[in-house]
Amino acid sequence: MDKVTQFAGTGMPLRISNVDTDQIIPAVFLKRITKTGFEDGLFANWRQNPDFVLNNPSYQGAEVLIAGSDFGTGSSREHAVWALRDYGFKAVFSSKFADIFLGNSGKQGLIAGVITDADTETLWEHIEANPASKITVDLPSQEIRVDQVLIRFEIDEYTKWRLTEGLDDIGITLQSEAAIAAYEAKRESWKPKTLPAKGV
Amino acid sequence: MTIKPLTLAEKLWRDHLVLKGENGAPDLLYIDLHLIHEVTSPQAFDGLRSAGRDVRRRDLTIATEDHNTPTQDIHLPIVDPTSRAQVQALRDNTAEFDIRIHSLGDKNQGIVHVVGPQLGLTMPGLTVVCGDSHTSTHGAFGALAMGIGTSEVEHVLATQTLPLQSFKTMAINVEGTLRKGVSAKDIILAVISKISTGGGQGYVLEYRGSAIRALSMEGRMTICNMSIEAGARAGIIAPDQITFDYLKDKPHAPQGADWDQALKDWSELTTDQDAVFDAEVFIDADTLDPFITWGTNPGQGVSLMDSIPDPDSFDDPSQKAAAIRALAYMDLKAGTKMKDIAVDTVFLGSCTNARIEDLRAAADIIRGQKMAPGIRMMVVPGSQKVRIQAEEEGLDKVFVDFGADWRFAGCSMCLGMNPDQLAPGERAASTSNRNFEGRQGKGGRTHLVSPMVAAATAIRGTLSAPADLEQ
Repeated sequence: MDKVTQFAGTGMPLRISNVDTDQIIPAVFLKRITKTGFEDGLFANWRQNPDFVLNNPSYQGAEVLIAGSDFGTGSSREHAVWALRDYGFKAVFSSKFADIFLGNSGKQGLIAGVITDADTETLWEHIEANPASKITVDLPSQEIRVDQVLIRFEIDEYTKWRLTEGLDDIGITLQSEAAIAAYEAKRESWKPKTLPAKGV
Repeated sequence: MTIKPLTLAEKLWRDHLVLKGENGAPDLLYIDLHLIHEVTSPQAFDGLRSAGRDVRRRDLTIATEDHNTPTQDIHLPIVDPTSRAQVQALRDNTAEFDIRIHSLGDKNQGIVHVVGPQLGLTMPGLTVVCGDSHTSTHGAFGALAMGIGTSEVEHVLATQTLPLQSFKTMAINVEGTLRKGVSAKDIILAVISKISTGGGQGYVLEYRGSAIRALSMEGRMTICNMSIEAGARAGIIAPDQITFDYLKDKPHAPQGADWDQALKDWSELTTDQDAVFDAEVFIDADTLDPFITWGTNPGQGVSLMDSIPDPDSFDDPSQKAAAIRALAYMDLKAGTKMKDIAVDTVFLGSCTNARIEDLRAAADIIRGQKMAPGIRMMVVPGSQKVRIQAEEEGLDKVFVDFGADWRFAGCSMCLGMNPDQLAPGERAASTSNRNFEGRQGKGGRTHLVSPMVAAATAIRGTLSAPADLEQ
């Protein structure tokens, strides 16, 4: 995974709360077996409305999404993160994220930072008034800087460390092979195994 | 030294700890059972291949096909080429890595969360994961069961562990006795409405109280299934005699001395007397009505006896905005009585409500009745085994005589990935778990209901409680 530290890009205000992952990418786009090319699925149904924010020319090329609270609820589909990433977003901010979405973001190098409702409103208003302003997202200092606005965001320390170091989770875990093997050696014998198959 | 009293979820966490995380790092937990389906696994297998990694424990892994699969003409190739390719990818991947799979046509095929329990693979004291948010279902057995993303699927395939951040605990206390016509589905819809779709975020919910203890395993699965709709990491119910009786004769249940040891271990899987939850919620089962959603997230629900709330009644501006948006999408007006809403589709199915007891409950209501004109009803068993059992009990005949479609097993109309979908503007009473915009088909409108309410609604054509049939 590439290291993620700091970038600057324009923003997009998504003034909707409770955005579930079925809206971020509808199920029909989940049939693919590749891991890239999901940009056309991003908000596919909402995009058909010409007034939807993704269709606003002022926000084309945005890399920072500012969303309402409870973002990414519902289905565990990591495709939601792939779609945001493939569309060009590098960071999404909200006052509240669903847990699975938050975890998926961290695995794919998408910064998902928590900001207050008041800061969300501040950023919405600022972006709407200044859509061309570049927003600097600084992961090490956990800061969002745009013009005279400075907002701190929350992200858990471990995810921040992994992102800034560009570390691969599986690689980290495999360093604990001895501990995993030791756990397996004392695993209770009543616990189920799928093989040999029974009930077939 | 006194030992700190623990909640059930904390005990399960402790028992699966491979490595305690230090300096803010997550704990590493061992995964006892990994369920796989076709949608969230292909990219995980690709990841393994490109890194030259193998599946660590194929004997703790099992796959089935459910999301893309059609529910009729299953002997024919899947028509949609992308769906067909995704199912084929699962077959190829499980063949390459030598993983057990129950494919379309197999008697053990079905919705992954129905298949695990019916094989007896889901049991108390386990950690269970699957690349599907409704994995919370398996918590009904006293297992710590979590939905995960595709990167985590790859992680579990490669290491049989997951790094996980610790959680908070919430007790959902449901005391009292459910009235006739009220079921587990109504309890969980009421819970989600009470704590909202984000209320469970960061929590494992433990369902407790006399009304929970009185539920069958299938009712408990319905409740735990929808924990994710409250944003929870997992939902859990302490195992008891009902759990043990359910498991006893299942194919993968422990045998002999293992069974005795398992019973001993399982009986310790309760929340300690003095353990403290981070939050508590109370629901009165005695006064609970059938519950139903009016909006586009599962927290937007009311009693079936109520009317659609006025968006102005929400204090939180974002909830008010969400209500306005939902009513526009649903084409409904505040103040409309829920029972005055007419539907054109009734869907009985999904990992929430497609087990044998769900089918029996609906069949008992529609037996000998006539379907309302203009309604289509689709009945989709959760697994092929459920379908076979229902046919042995003659339930299929009850549904077909009533005019319903009797289908093969799969996720079906719960999500728009297979041929079973709502057309734009269609309105469904659905026993599934999500009423999101477009969830059951683009432009479709969903009211989440229990199987009994679904059945009564199919008879009357408007959202109805079973009690309405007696008037």
